Amino acid sequence: MTQLQTVENLVGRGNTEGADLFRAWFTELEQTAATGGHAAYVFVMGSMAEILRTFEIPMVFPEINSLQTAIRRVAHQFLNEAEDYGYSPDICGYVKADVALQLRQGDHPMGKVPRPTVAVLTNACNTYVKWAEIWERMYQIPCFVLDVPGTRDIRSQSHPGDPSFENDRLYVEAQIKELINLCEQLTGRKFDIDRLREVLGHANRMNKAWQRVIDLNRTQPSVFNALTDGTIYLGVSNSFRGSSEGSRYFERLQEEMEYKSSQRIGTLTNEQYRLVFVGVPCYPIFRRFNEFFTEWNGTFVNSTYLWFASGGANRAFEYDLTRPLASLSEGTLLSVRDAMDSMFHQDRAVLEIAETFNIDGVVFHPIKSCRTVSTGLADGRRALMSARDIPSLFIESDMMDRRVVSEAQLKNRIDAFFEGLASRRLQQSAKS
Amino acid sequence: MPLPARAVFTDWQAHSSLESILSECKSLLEDMTFPTVRAWRAQGGKVLGHFQVYFPEELAFAAGMLPFKIRGAPLEARHADSHFGSYLCSILKTSLELALSDRVLLDMFVSHPICDAARNLAAIWGRNRDYGCQILYLPQNANSTHASSYLHNEYRRLLDEIEQVTGSTIADDDLRTAITVFNENRSLLRRLYAIKRTTPWLLSVDQAYVLTTIGGLIPRPEHNRLLQTVLPLIAAGESKSKDKIRVVFEGGFCEQPPLELLQTIGRYCYVVDDDLMIGLRWLTEDVPTTGDPLSNLAEAYLNASAYSPVQHDARKPKEHMLLARIRDADADAAIITAAKMCEPGLEEQVAYTFALNQQRIPFFVSEFEENMTSFEQLEIQLETFAENIMFD
Repeated sequence: MTQLQTVENLVGRGNTEGADLFRAWFTELEQTAATGGHAAYVFVMGSMAEILRTFEIPMVFPEINSLQTAIRRVAHQFLNEAEDYGYSPDICGYVKADVALQLRQGDHPMGKVPRPTVAVLTNACNTYVKWAEIWERMYQIPCFVLDVPGTRDIRSQSHPGDPSFENDRLYVEAQIKELINLCEQLTGRKFDIDRLREVLGHANRMNKAWQRVIDLNRTQPSVFNALTDGTIYLGVSNSFRGSSEGSRYFERLQEEMEYKSSQRIGTLTNEQYRLVFVGVPCYPIFRRFNEFFTEWNGTFVNSTYLWFASGGANRAFEYDLTRPLASLSEGTLLSVRDAMDSMFHQDRAVLEIAETFNIDGVVFHPIKSCRTVSTGLADGRRALMSARDIPSLFIESDMMDRRVVSEAQLKNRIDAFFEGLASRRLQQSAKS
Repeated sequence: MPLPARAVFTDWQAHSSLESILSECKSLLEDMTFPTVRAWRAQGGKVLGHFQVYFPEELAFAAGMLPFKIRGAPLEARHADSHFGSYLCSILKTSLELALSDRVLLDMFVSHPICDAARNLAAIWGRNRDYGCQILYLPQNANSTHASSYLHNEYRRLLDEIEQVTGSTIADDDLRTAITVFNENRSLLRRLYAIKRTTPWLLSVDQAYVLTTIGGLIPRPEHNRLLQTVLPLIAAGESKSKDKIRVVFEGGFCEQPPLELLQTIGRYCYVVDDDLMIGLRWLTEDVPTTGDPLSNLAEAYLNASAYSPVQHDARKPKEHMLLARIRDADADAAIITAAKMCEPGLEEQVAYTFALNQQRIPFFVSEFEENMTSFEQLEIQLETFAENIMFD
């Protein structure tokens, strides 16, 4: 195989295959909507795909459906409908887009979304609970809250083997067993622990490859854009978790990134600034938002979004297939807790990234819609600034609502940030 | 650890009339220097500050600490503002302001993941203050068979943290004593609310609020003595019933409306029940004083408790609970409020108003902020609302 053929075959493959998989997933949902089968509404932080896939229950990710309306520039229609229905302009835009989707009987720009027959959610985001209560009322379906206790204290952490960790793990395990009972009741199927082992095996392969893909972006130039390409990978990571297609996708993605890394093929042809993104992307102007940075030859080499929106899969917890339920409870606890930490202690996440990714700056992007992610960012930035001399930018907009996205203002702030980075670089080179 | 010997709130004791006692209580509540906390500390006492909504204050009390309810404050967040972004409720900012401005000195801070914004608070607080900042993870799956045993162990974990702060060990009997004190407090508050329901002309919503809320500022034995004194005075009041509508006020579970707002409502309505400072009244029955005290507290939290938008429990759909509250209080209508930018409150408003519409119960929807100072518009709307019901 010549290098040219390899480049043609490999470079960009992850994005193409990711888009194909995503379309296939949506087609399956359309079939479910048409046939009226079971559909579990789940969320990206702790989807419990491992259990649901064991019972072959199709999963719907309302967060992904909602962000798709923003990317397709129709979110405002959905938001207006939900606000007319009674929801405040000051609540999560994802929730409102989904309310409108339900009012539209599941009619989504990508196809028909099935109605839920069960909702499974963790407490990683409190809005998950409030959101599920809406479906509980609309459809009288069971809403299973898998309560995953998080970090208690900024100065200490419990670890496997500690009594407090074990208390949390036993609580999670007991709930997973209750979820299994619920799935048995819903589907009439008996729980198959060997099928769970199989699913966990796929999740292990996916996690391992996902972590490696993220690590490969340490390469200079970076091999993927954490903001744009990363969102595609996250979509596959969530919707195909625990499946053979998902694990195969990530192993092939790893192959692509290994190749790009070895050949020094960057996501930009002239990478000048390596940035970390903290927060949730600005989906209403997704492409343009990214261009504000790439026009200055800046790219995002990592993001807290890749961490928390994959439910902590970036930590690559490896399930022990000899004790699947105990290991699943431990993995769920550690991964979801880590996802929460990367939102609430995002300053630490950035410091960890800064150690090895050779970054030039950090972009904090709090949004109106999501208090979970956004509330602590200003303070996290202060903590980061006092811990390390890393330039940072703080810009506010939204992930859904274009009414609070000011393109001109964003561009001005971003341009000024890059001018500052350029000036800083000049000063540093003058000193050396 | 022995409790400080001297009472920290004595101003009311010089008075015999209800009006004067209430005036002293109101002054204490509005005093943003928090004199009772200072008096407690001056005697060598330690303070555990706990954020809304519910906290098992018995744990702090048993350790000899003052459990101090952090409920925000009507003040400008000069120090705290730069630690937050936009689009947030006020209570987060002003609560942190109390700490950053040293208005309130704590030895420990505990918050709970009640909402997306508040769950960030412990991390922010911890990055800016040296004392322990803990999250108490109250179970969000109240329907799990394992929730009670988990919560027992979570209380035990927190108790260990408290013991490290006080340097003393807390025995089960200390906890039982604390439960007895708080049982009495809860019983007295139930009596206070019974007066609101049965003879609301004897106790306005703002007066009841003041009497309830200062419980979070002073040791409970002192609060108990105060309530024991005022309850007979209230019952002996000579006010006559007026032609006002009976309403339930909903939306005061976290950020608190200004007293003036409550007074405004009180001019047109009898507030016969509410969820103001519901955390102080979360447990609805006496907690058993025999057996394992932590298990008893955990069971009470899960199985003998009120409701709020920040707790999910399949046994307690919030709109059903609201309708039951309205029914039990024999209310004519409901005032459904939410603090500005309070997601759980704003989301619940939709479910509440749908349920009320279905039941044909009149309601008034509003938003508030602890720092608001203008009530004229609200007053006009409330007057119209009340008149519409009375002359319907």
